[in-house]
Amino acid sequence: MNVLVCVKRVPQTGGSVVLTDDGQDIDTRYAAFTVSPHEECAVEEAVRLVEAGGGTSTVLTLGPDMAVEQLRDAMAAGIERAILLETDGREWDPVATAAAIVSALAAERAAGIEYDLLLFGNEAADTGDYQVPVRVATALDLPCVTGVKALRIEGDIAEARVEAGDGWDVFEVPLPAVVSVREGINLPRYPSVPGRLRAKKREIIRYPADPGPAGPTGPAKVRLHLPREQQRSVEILGRGPEAAPAVVALLLRLGVLS
Amino acid sequence: MILVVVEQSDGTVDRASLTALAFGRHLAGMLGAQVSAVAFGPSAEAALAALGPAGVVRGWAIQTPSLDGYAPAAWARGTGQLSTSVGARIILGPGTQRGNEVMAHVAAQLGLPMAANCLEVRSADPFVVMRQRWGGSVLEEARLDASVRCLTVAENAPVAELAPVAPSGEPSAAGGEPSAAGAEPSPAGAEPVLVGRFVPALSHGDLRSRVMRTVPRASAGIPLAGARVVVGGGRGVGSAAAFGPLEELAALLGGAVGVSRVVTSAGWRPHTEQVGQTGTRIAPEVYLACGISGAIQHIVGCAGARTIIAINTDPEAPILSRASYAVIGDLHAVVPAVSAEIRRVRGGG
Repeated sequence: MNVLVCVKRVPQTGGSVVLTDDGQDIDTRYAAFTVSPHEECAVEEAVRLVEAGGGTSTVLTLGPDMAVEQLRDAMAAGIERAILLETDGREWDPVATAAAIVSALAAERAAGIEYDLLLFGNEAADTGDYQVPVRVATALDLPCVTGVKALRIEGDIAEARVEAGDGWDVFEVPLPAVVSVREGINLPRYPSVPGRLRAKKREIIRYPADPGPAGPTGPAKVRLHLPREQQRSVEILGRGPEAAPAVVALLLRLGVLS
Repeated sequence: MILVVVEQSDGTVDRASLTALAFGRHLAGMLGAQVSAVAFGPSAEAALAALGPAGVVRGWAIQTPSLDGYAPAAWARGTGQLSTSVGARIILGPGTQRGNEVMAHVAAQLGLPMAANCLEVRSADPFVVMRQRWGGSVLEEARLDASVRCLTVAENAPVAELAPVAPSGEPSAAGGEPSAAGAEPSPAGAEPVLVGRFVPALSHGDLRSRVMRTVPRASAGIPLAGARVVVGGGRGVGSAAAFGPLEELAALLGGAVGVSRVVTSAGWRPHTEQVGQTGTRIAPEVYLACGISGAIQHIVGCAGARTIIAINTDPEAPILSRASYAVIGDLHAVVPAVSAEIRRVRGGG
């Protein structure tokens, strides 16, 4: 089966976030870049499905030329082909992003490649829009399951499980289908050194990033803000194991120890 | 009119949907509009009938047999057709996995933009929302330009803090819709909800993706999301084997073990224990964060904790700026000492 997995280049954030002066972006001058944990798992799932069932795996991203780094990371983890829909680096809203993916799939079809499964992360780590997979599925008239934490392919059917309360909701959808996954569906492997070397030499397929026909789009970012922090000063209970009585006294005071 | 998609089970509307309704009620006060609600499944009518105190004026139950189970595209089709037939200008859903999924389908089917996980509507014209990015550690002020606005309401939206809406009279007159939505909540005196049924026209394609069955999920110990105490371990724990003392402390406190992403990525602990943006969000009375530096993705997962106690060798670790209390020291020495002290205080061996 042919599997496409879509990822997004995002900054790796640590203990704090700083915004640019104009409030339009996160300051990434000193940042490394990655993809969301959900997407790392989507990449791993694509590699496993193709290992088990044959076919090809392809990774796609919409982003600046630098996003080739994330495509090569995915190839180092075992993905065979990579597609870049190159932008000038400005943020694309979820409506335009989905349209660009749909347009790239038409270009793939023209090149003779049809996909049985389109994998996504449940939501992008940065914008958290929760809608690109659904929009792609709607545009292509494909069934869609989001938030999937267990996936099994049986012939032309995908069985997808989603956590619901203390149980699993079990979906069975015919292929081709769109599935977005959550971290925890698998434990992604670390790329091997030979994998990294191979990925370095691979060709990157480039298609124009096509935002689709003009129409209602958005949401349109006005600016970013950081949430108001509660002014909190930390009380140091002590140093080392000698602080244990102070910790226990506190737990008693907080009513969680009887 | 504002149409709110509510999730219910056995006639009880869930918490995230009540948050969306409170958000909708506030917005209705701003706009001088009414709040209506739509629910799905066999107990939808009962759930809607009980929403008078939440400010709901009209309720629509969609309970055709094909929609008894969850079917995201079909629920969306029903919501979209209903919104068109009643002339809703704003469609709200809860900021849950299902709520975001259904609203994404509504927006995609109707060719509209959608804003996920909103905290407030800042202005009605232009329509500007404040929404969560990065799991809530960054906020985005965004314009939503469309004939019908589709949004979901963040589960932790501060609806209790929203400014009170003007008393019914002035703004509702402007909107032309006499409304109970702007009035103060008065459970006893709330108007009864006018509940009707709506039968959507569904295609085969709308029903391809639906829940075929529900099966139990294996779980062990105290569920992390509801634990009163969580003992968290991060990179500082160092290995899978070193979690023993944290498990012991959690057991003494009747709590659960939670971990940071580093720990699950290394394969030391299962993902079900991960606290954070892509794991579980916790809201315990006490969170003991041991050897956890405090990346923003972890912080959004434990922000609901009433009290955070950090145990860390590094007094500059970001977690200390989020914690109320801290012990500076090596968790491998501090955690067993705390367990021993608990046993001593209890007078046991």
